[in-house]
Amino acid sequence: MLAIDIDKRLGQFRLTAKFEAAAGVTALFGPSGAGKSTVVNLIAGLLVPDHGRIAFDGTALFDSAARINVPPHRRRIGYVFQEGRLFPHLTVRRNLDYGRWMSGISRDDAETRHIVELLDIGGLLDRRPGKLSGGERQRVAIGRALLMRPRLLLLDEPLASLDAGRKQEILPYLLRLRDDSKVPMLYVSHQAAELARVATAVVRIDGGRVTALGGLELLAAGAGASA
Amino acid sequence: MLQLRSGASLGRDPGCAGRQLDSGLMLDLTPDEWTAIELSLRIAVVATAVAAPFGIAIAWLLARKDFWGKALLDGFVHLPLVLPPVVTGYLLLISFGRKGPIGAFLADTFGIVFSFRWTGAALACGVMGFPLLVRAVRLSIEAIDRRLEDAAATLGANRAWVFATVTLPLALPGVIAGMVLCFAKALGEFGATITFVSNIPGETQTLSAAIYTYTNVPGGDAAAGRLVLVAIALALAALIVSEWFARRAGMRLHGE
Repeated sequence: MLAIDIDKRLGQFRLTAKFEAAAGVTALFGPSGAGKSTVVNLIAGLLVPDHGRIAFDGTALFDSAARINVPPHRRRIGYVFQEGRLFPHLTVRRNLDYGRWMSGISRDDAETRHIVELLDIGGLLDRRPGKLSGGERQRVAIGRALLMRPRLLLLDEPLASLDAGRKQEILPYLLRLRDDSKVPMLYVSHQAAELARVATAVVRIDGGRVTALGGLELLAAGAGASA
Repeated sequence: MLQLRSGASLGRDPGCAGRQLDSGLMLDLTPDEWTAIELSLRIAVVATAVAAPFGIAIAWLLARKDFWGKALLDGFVHLPLVLPPVVTGYLLLISFGRKGPIGAFLADTFGIVFSFRWTGAALACGVMGFPLLVRAVRLSIEAIDRRLEDAAATLGANRAWVFATVTLPLALPGVIAGMVLCFAKALGEFGATITFVSNIPGETQTLSAAIYTYTNVPGGDAAAGRLVLVAIALALAALIVSEWFARRAGMRLHGE
């Protein structure tokens, strides 16, 4: 379980976030600019909070009082970025292997095959990211994050860069992923409809603050409030 | 005339032209001229190879870090580009010469002597090519999407691995371009070299110094002309090889 209670100032913007995320898919839901991406970057360790504590299963990843700040490469938190961020100089296969190679996890062909099948990217393995479609790229990015065996998977608007058709292409894979893997996920989006299909819990963020915690009913309320 | 033609055909077919060039010039070049060419190549290769790791490290510092004295370091790196080469050579002489503070230390501790040796010529050439190397590498590092480096960190790569597996491969076209510029500069360097280590045939007389010497000797025009052709051929070959490497590296980055 992830527990977060932090403050962060970025220029004029102030973020105060306190919530917990258990197993399943927790949606971080709110309008653009609400601070959702800042929250996941703080959890990944790409940004450092000013104060507070971030803990996973009781172990601190960040604790300003105890002066703990585990660097991103030791957090074992998978991150699927909005734009994929595949390494352009490596083939899909080597992109997928990258996390295991860097984290020192031994090869597991059965697991690799399973994830490649789950995401249906077997035909892409020898290509480079420059030759992939947006949807293919995001599927590879999800596979790359999963194959490092993360304790937690962060997905930051993973469908936002795709058109409506491509979104429908990826969503079934995300559902398969949710039902197949035990990895808890934190899913950032401003699209209530998208979240309604994948999320199991909702954290609503607005103007740098957590305004509500609860179930999928918050998505409907949120859609109404922001419309 | 034959040599001119082989030089011109280099652009179309380097392999074939190379053989023509060899057979065409082998007959004409004297042992002294070969020595100057061999020495120049050795000096330029060593200067580039030794300058490259330092140049990449400093380019990375300048591109990615903010620290006290950054502007000073940047200026210092660029000095050889703007100073008269004779001044650079003289500064090398008084610091790396046998009686200079650094030269004496290196000679006493490691037995490395620069003054009036080909190693000194390599040092002078490396120093002169250094700013060109650093500029090219720095630009290519600055052009890299830092978000890719963040992505590598979330996948478990520490800073050193991020550099080795993401930053450096993505900067490769710039690194190659910088090394070729440094190599070409080292091949043609004259002022700093001749000031620092003089013009000793077989030890410090590079291609440029040999051409200069021949043009000052009565009847040396033919020899100077032959060496000029060699200099043109070497410069063209370096450009073609680097173009080929850069295109290959660029193709990999764009997914082919």
